[in-house]
Amino acid sequence: MNMEKKTKKTAKVRQIDCKLITTTVKKLFIEANTSLGKDVIEALRKSLPQEESATGKEVLVKIMENADIACRSKMPMCQDTGLAVVFLEIGQDVHIVGGNLREAIDEGVRQAYAEGYLRKSVCDPLTRKNTQDNTPAIIHVDIVAGNRLKIIAMPKGGGSENMSAAKMLTPAAGSDGIKKFVLETVEQAGANPCPPIMVGVGIGGSLEEACILAKKALLRPVGEANSKDERLVQMEKELYTGINDLGIGPGGLGGRVTTLAVNAEMMPCHIASLPVAVNIQCHVARHKEVIL
Amino acid sequence: METPRKIKTPLTEEVIASLHAGDMVLISGEVYTARDVAHRRLYEALLKGEALPIDLPKSVIFYAAPTPTPPGKAIGSIGPTTSYRMDFFTPKLIENGLKGMIGKGSRSPEVIAALQKYGAVYFGAIGGIAALSARCVQKAELIAYEDLGPEAIRKLIIVDFPAIVINDTLGNDLYAQAQKKWRVNR
Repeated sequence: MNMEKKTKKTAKVRQIDCKLITTTVKKLFIEANTSLGKDVIEALRKSLPQEESATGKEVLVKIMENADIACRSKMPMCQDTGLAVVFLEIGQDVHIVGGNLREAIDEGVRQAYAEGYLRKSVCDPLTRKNTQDNTPAIIHVDIVAGNRLKIIAMPKGGGSENMSAAKMLTPAAGSDGIKKFVLETVEQAGANPCPPIMVGVGIGGSLEEACILAKKALLRPVGEANSKDERLVQMEKELYTGINDLGIGPGGLGGRVTTLAVNAEMMPCHIASLPVAVNIQCHVARHKEVIL
Repeated sequence: METPRKIKTPLTEEVIASLHAGDMVLISGEVYTARDVAHRRLYEALLKGEALPIDLPKSVIFYAAPTPTPPGKAIGSIGPTTSYRMDFFTPKLIENGLKGMIGKGSRSPEVIAALQKYGAVYFGAIGGIAALSARCVQKAELIAYEDLGPEAIRKLIIVDFPAIVINDTLGNDLYAQAQKKWRVNR
């Protein structure tokens, strides 16, 4: 982690005010919803000559045109401006002051979705009554070395999240079992999650850790292979080819380009288990981050 | 690329019968937005024999919930949501006169059968291009279920909204056909 290196020598406790966290979260969610990452735009551009279907090509062109219009007119790229997922990397020498961290983040989300004209898409699971301000945010925290705070905002759409899945495989299933599960999940999703998609794969840990790994994998830039494990580089390549061979294509209307990237992350697990999670991301792959 | 065919809502029986899976269309006219909870309410009203807040016969429903309308615009960003979530309620709506749906993603065998039986059509639009699609919406008016916020039913006037016929009155399914055609078996 860059941020760990930078702060290695300074053990001094640093104060970060909740007000700064709120304004940062607000800015990140508005930006993420209106401006697509350069890596995704580049991947879309590169996918165009690979697409052989005329309809598929047209869909890819429209996706790029939409990203351009959204960015220039500051309009959300998609009407589903997502569940507000926040990843925090909190340096152990950071002291949050001036309020409550959870409330500071929710307030940032509240302001972003109100002032940024973003859709409020959060509701009670049973009554389906809207919470009206897109809170609560989903917050994942990692405690790291140093005295900095990294905030990642990831507005996650419901359509692609609905097509995601987790499964506890048996150790006997091995890497073939993992690949089979990923391919089955993507095939079943078909046109539903707005292809071309990105696929995050989390392997190992526990049930919940596999899911978090899969979501974190989606934060890695498109086109960047796993840097920690050569076996995953190979698996990512095989899955990328296997998924594009499914023929789902842009918009699900048939074609060569079904996924722009497969990013996998892995960690050790229990001797009895092989947890696998597949987190599907639509082509509007949104996330913005800042280090305070 | 074929030139898209311009069609108007309300859809006539003649137009519906002439639409086939894979046809590119530009839709103009009135459509209603309705999705998850609005569908449950419409469905329950039909079961109870209550009056509906929309004129269902010959209508087209767009599975969509836009972002809030910024000042000076007709609507915020808008595009299709995934259709299968409405599958449970859809045959009942078709039985009661619904003639067209705009959404994304595949439909259940029950919906496909209802399209054939009652003569209706399912159009697919491209998801995630909502800033672009918003340009096809000339007017948006709140009609019912205001408490649902973005999920409320709105009447939209759309102009040349691009879509593609996914399921027609003959039982064809474009998604299945297209994916089969492009699948590579190594």
